[in-house]
Amino acid sequence: MSAPATWDEFMEGIWRQNPVFVMVLGMCPTLAVTVSGVNALSMGLATLFVLVCSCGLVSLMRNIVPKEVRIAVYIVIIATFVTVVDYLIQAISLALYDALGAFIQLIVVNCIILGRAEAHASRNPPLPAMINALGMSFGFVIGLLALGTVREILGAGTLFGVSLFGAGFQPWVIMVLPPGGFFVLGAWLLVFSWWARRKAKRGSTQNA
Amino acid sequence: MTQPLIEIRSAPHVQAAKTVETIMRHVVYSLLPICAFYVLQYGISALASIVVVTAACLLAERFFVRTGTQSGRLSDYSAVITGLLLALTLPPGFPLWMGAVAGLVAIALGKALFGGIGFNVFNPALVGRAFVQAAFPTAIATYTPSFIPGRFTEFIPSSLALPLMIPADPAAWLKAKSLDALAGATPLAKWKFDGVVANADELLTSLSGHMAVGPSPMLILLCGAYLALRRFMDWRIPLAILGSAALTAWLLFAFDPARYPNPFFMLFSGGLILGAVYMATDMATSPVTPKGMWVYGALIGLLTVVIRYYSGLPEGVMYAILIANAASPLIEKITQPVPFGRGAMVGLGRAKKRATYPLNPGYISREEASAVTPKKRFLPKKPKK
Repeated sequence: MSAPATWDEFMEGIWRQNPVFVMVLGMCPTLAVTVSGVNALSMGLATLFVLVCSCGLVSLMRNIVPKEVRIAVYIVIIATFVTVVDYLIQAISLALYDALGAFIQLIVVNCIILGRAEAHASRNPPLPAMINALGMSFGFVIGLLALGTVREILGAGTLFGVSLFGAGFQPWVIMVLPPGGFFVLGAWLLVFSWWARRKAKRGSTQNA
Repeated sequence: MTQPLIEIRSAPHVQAAKTVETIMRHVVYSLLPICAFYVLQYGISALASIVVVTAACLLAERFFVRTGTQSGRLSDYSAVITGLLLALTLPPGFPLWMGAVAGLVAIALGKALFGGIGFNVFNPALVGRAFVQAAFPTAIATYTPSFIPGRFTEFIPSSLALPLMIPADPAAWLKAKSLDALAGATPLAKWKFDGVVANADELLTSLSGHMAVGPSPMLILLCGAYLALRRFMDWRIPLAILGSAALTAWLLFAFDPARYPNPFFMLFSGGLILGAVYMATDMATSPVTPKGMWVYGALIGLLTVVIRYYSGLPEGVMYAILIANAASPLIEKITQPVPFGRGAMVGLGRAKKRATYPLNPGYISREEASAVTPKKRFLPKKPKK
């Protein structure tokens, strides 16, 4: 009985409440760092780590934190894990750290994380909270990758650094510039809403 | 006789034979001589460019009309106009695959996204051009000289680039034809980067030399005059644009003739004439009020000259028109004419002079309708007894 429930909890963030394509949250890193697939993936993984850990901790402390100071406590918890990620990325790859820039520190203010802590983790036991956080962060990673791969393929002709079209490829300069991020995000939102609408239409015809 | 004698419907009641389709068809007719001259100048590459870009526009239009995301029909010629204008603004040797991208983007981003014909905020052709300008900045700045011998039998090498690939540089090809690669610069680029001001007769007719220019401004003005005389286009907008550009350029020229070129050069080089006659006058993206048209045109002329003089780009018509397109709803709002009879009240100091109610129907937008209902406006102003 509990297994499908947790599976639903997990899938919720990936599909029905996908943070990028359905809730349109966390747009700042989504638009800014998705210039290439590698950047998008590492940003997604960093967010995943922070989200899952802080949701777990928030959920553990949910009964001892007074209501009045809960936001401050959440922020301190999130900031702690962001600092961990910050140093971790710096230790693993300095090039990546430079490419992501201030957006690693800005994970603190990513509204997906605070939103999850407030809306879900503070009301549920640790395990469901972490499963939900994991689903959300996978949804976020998928969103970032969807943008990052398209922008990298058109903007540089490569995918995760591997050349796809050979040396003669003409890069679409606009795709690595901010307008390209908006165009690609808009196109994905269009695809997802079309998909969701078609699904809803099919569901209603089946019921009728 | 089942036809009712009185037709019951909302205004307008006066009907004319002028439909959107007729207007668009005549604009296409008037563009044909310009395209023909363009092909005469640049040969087979220009022809291929025009065909491919227009086909891409039609293809995108057909797709979006079919899927129901866009109003209008394929047969209303508006996509043809977009394609022809877009092709005329691109360099003749522009790679064909990039031209196709420009055409698709023009219709998809510039038109279908807003709901099709009549709903677009920006001129679709310029949206397409702005996109490729940002995506392929080198290719769009590579012009080749006009009237090259053998232009009807061989393509400019850059236009036949494979899709997604970097086009060949036409410099080597030009050298083989014993033409200086620099001859390929447009008059505006020559002035901006080398300080050379082209002669008046070369600019006016586009006939002499190998200068990389678009179709002759004379020809465009003639075709535009035809449209204006048949009332398919409002003459105020081109006149306002050219007047304000000439005035700005003349003021600067009078201020420092060594630094700024003469106003004649400003008017007849680059795409100013084409933009003023064909792009800025797009009915959906320009104001409908006569006063607004003057303001809109003046804004475009001023911005064009400012961008040409003070930015890194040699040409500024495209961005000037796009900015003015964005401003045109606002211009329309502040230039509402005084409704009949309201003017007499002004002297009494009792009524505001303008914008008592919008002449464009407020029911198009719900918010606007609630903002201008007579109730809200007039009730507090009831004469107190």
